[in-house]
Amino acid sequence: MADLSIDFAGIKSPNPFWLASAPPTNTGDQVMRAFDAGWGGAVWKTLGNPIVNVSSRFGGIDYGNTRMMGLNNIELITDRPLEVNLREIREVKRRYPNHAVITSLMVETKEEWKEIIQRAEEAGSDGHELNFGCPHGMCERGMGSAVSSEPKVLREIASWAVEFATKPVIVKLSPNVTDIVEPGEAVLESKAHGISLINTIKSIMGIDLDRMVPLPRVGDASTNGGYCGPAVKPVALHMVGELTRHPYIAKLPISGIGGISNWRDAAEFIALGCTSVQVCTAVMHYGYRIVEDMIEGLNDFLDSKGMKSVLELRGRAAPQYKNWGELDLGYRVVADISTDKCIGCQLCYVACMDGAHQCIHLPGRTEEQARKAGHTHIPKLIPDRAVTAKGGTPGARVPFVDEEECIGCNLCQLVCPVSGCITMKEVASDKPHETWDDRVQRGADFVPGGLHVTEMERAKRNG
Amino acid sequence: MTHHSPHIPDVEGDRLEVLYEDKKPPYEGAEAIAEANRCLYCVDAPCIKACPTAIDIPTFIRKIGTGNVKGAARTILTQNLLGKSCGQVCPVEVLCAGACVYNDWNRDPIKIGRLQRYAVETALAEDPQLFKPKAPTGKRVALVGAGPASIAAAGWLALEGHEVAIYEKKLLPGGLNTLGIAPYKMKVEEALTEITWVLSLGNVELYQGVEIVPVSGSPEEVSVATLLQQYDAVLLGLGLGPDSRLKIPGEDGGGVVGATHLIERLKADPTLRFKGVDRAIIVGGGNTAVDVAHELALLGIDATMVYRGGDHELSAYEHELASGRVDGMKVLCERSPVAVLRDNIGKVTGVRVIRTEDKKPVPGTEEDLRADLVVVAVGQSRATEVARSFPGVELDTRGRVIVDPKTHRTGNPKVWSAGDCVNGGKEVVNAVAEAKIAVTSMHAFLMGAEMGAEKGVGA
Repeated sequence: MADLSIDFAGIKSPNPFWLASAPPTNTGDQVMRAFDAGWGGAVWKTLGNPIVNVSSRFGGIDYGNTRMMGLNNIELITDRPLEVNLREIREVKRRYPNHAVITSLMVETKEEWKEIIQRAEEAGSDGHELNFGCPHGMCERGMGSAVSSEPKVLREIASWAVEFATKPVIVKLSPNVTDIVEPGEAVLESKAHGISLINTIKSIMGIDLDRMVPLPRVGDASTNGGYCGPAVKPVALHMVGELTRHPYIAKLPISGIGGISNWRDAAEFIALGCTSVQVCTAVMHYGYRIVEDMIEGLNDFLDSKGMKSVLELRGRAAPQYKNWGELDLGYRVVADISTDKCIGCQLCYVACMDGAHQCIHLPGRTEEQARKAGHTHIPKLIPDRAVTAKGGTPGARVPFVDEEECIGCNLCQLVCPVSGCITMKEVASDKPHETWDDRVQRGADFVPGGLHVTEMERAKRNG
Repeated sequence: MTHHSPHIPDVEGDRLEVLYEDKKPPYEGAEAIAEANRCLYCVDAPCIKACPTAIDIPTFIRKIGTGNVKGAARTILTQNLLGKSCGQVCPVEVLCAGACVYNDWNRDPIKIGRLQRYAVETALAEDPQLFKPKAPTGKRVALVGAGPASIAAAGWLALEGHEVAIYEKKLLPGGLNTLGIAPYKMKVEEALTEITWVLSLGNVELYQGVEIVPVSGSPEEVSVATLLQQYDAVLLGLGLGPDSRLKIPGEDGGGVVGATHLIERLKADPTLRFKGVDRAIIVGGGNTAVDVAHELALLGIDATMVYRGGDHELSAYEHELASGRVDGMKVLCERSPVAVLRDNIGKVTGVRVIRTEDKKPVPGTEEDLRADLVVVAVGQSRATEVARSFPGVELDTRGRVIVDPKTHRTGNPKVWSAGDCVNGGKEVVNAVAEAKIAVTSMHAFLMGAEMGAEKGVGA
């Protein structure tokens, strides 16, 4: 059993799994049930001056039979009186002293920040998360994501919070910016103690084509909402990666948020440098109970890798996130289709023909047929291998990869419905290990066959 | 242009057919989309190759998944105008779904039949005007018999702008598709609804209760000569004849009935009841025998198939045998009936059978099986005799109409033929596939372009 406990800028938590500030942390009763289920911490539904909400509030996007690949919301911060929330926070901390309760906060003026931080700390909050992220509603009033997109404003407000707080201050960033490093550096300058990201992405979930109204619909109109859920995970990982490879920002603890649904997602965020992770959509979809698998899965994973604590995992993958110019141009993989596993659906073939490099061939064709189908390079021998998967369709043929032509793009492997059927195998390369940056350095960063003006310019430069 | 809506005559009493529940009930929208989304959308898919009418199955399934149900129906019906009933009655287990790549993967194949039914039913319920006929050509075509081959042909010919007349000697159109399908697969009204739609596609006249005969003797009869004279082309969709007989002692009289005749009554005759029938013996090992045994078992009758070959020689589909056995039907192999037993007032009491080896009787092994009803399911005779009256049309030694398989044209250049009368008795989908070949050739002939250059006919 690995040690899952963490210390996030002084906030202690029995495990790295926190509930993000959202409907699942709306009330004390919910947070206590979540702690009973195994969650290590909870970031309370954002506190501030009471607001008025609309109905409806959420929109989902499905993919095939998968419900809610993505979710968006146009809900604002808590609509409950501040004193009710604070009373419940006090109660939760009394009953669960070893769990992390972090208060998400969103107010406007310096005086308001001062009061709300003091009152949250009096209630027993272990730390504060400044909500500079919500991209709907509150941002129109100069709060939420409007703060993330103005580094100067962010730095100033965060500095107030640091000044007023005795507990750690975490700044929650919005992804609705051109470069996440800018607000990241503003956090550093503010002397805040940690960062959490990403908040939700500005989005319109769809259009009701009968009513001609975007979704989610409020009467006869809609507005942009905040997008989250499994679909946003790659966006979130990228933004986390941008911060965890920054020489200074990386020194701050980071709480990763964005589409985390299971232990594997969590392990990925931690491997990229996060100290804790926050979950919302998966809980809104399946309930608090999912944390059991997250704890168990992460534990087993750490054990299997011989890691004694979750801290050992933290940041392991971060150094391998590089710029394109640092990638090895000599590395080469080609697709390999398993005759034992192929079921003969030919999705790899059509993907390669229409979406890649026309290097997957169907056996049993003449050269003329192959050329007519769109192949330009015909291998000498296309083995006619029958599908041999259990009960294989008589007559079905295993597509053949022309390794000379295969550029190792992965597409066939990505579309193949059978796990493990197509693998990308490393092959010896005739090129040396060399990156584009290396080529720039030795002046070999020019590939002939392009524009005349570029060639002339270059010839002039080379004298 | 005439519009028909053939319907069951309004008669007192329920037909037994209505007692049966669908084995594969229609999908609700969400069910269909969930199933459609399982489809891998294979390229050059094996299911298409396994379909006699070559419906582009992955394409129509994808369209269901995207909510384009009308497009899905168009994809289906373009290849197979009887796509709705084929979705219900096709043995998909040995056709499209049997070829689904998921089988190789130990997963349930896509429920193609149910999706197909869903697409066509849903789309036509919303908008029956899926296709528009071309301008009238002035050409007239007569279809003899109103079975699946003729119905499909009528639709395609009408869409090409030809004037079509269907002559059917029975009072209900559709042939076995209306009167021979197991009621847990499709009911009479469902078949008639589909026919009504096909007939509405263009200029089609349906003459019910009119027979084509060598020489006409009554107003309900039309002679072959008249037909050939009045129409530019003729399609023979004669189907099969009455049930074959066992030719054993005791067969004549009440309590012994032919299988297709019994199914027809079960579906359409409100007077049929199985009063006093506790046990039934069904003689035969094919799909019709299984259908009858299965249908009787579902009515609570102890139904046993008796077959002279071994278990592995049963020609019925394995999935039908399995499904019938689940519902209580029994199968007794290597027995051959030698006599129907009757009591002193002539009531059937059983069947005397003899054991067989390699389908040959073993002397001295007779035994008596109790039964109140004996159903004979050993095939159907031919109904092709009338074809001989068309000059140039020939039959093979088994009584099947001889056609050129590439065109389904007979020896008479004005006469084509399709369906069971040509293939000896296959599925509805085969009849539709043959009808399409025949119509393609016929259309080229009617438009003055002989075979070879014409494009295929499609809705």
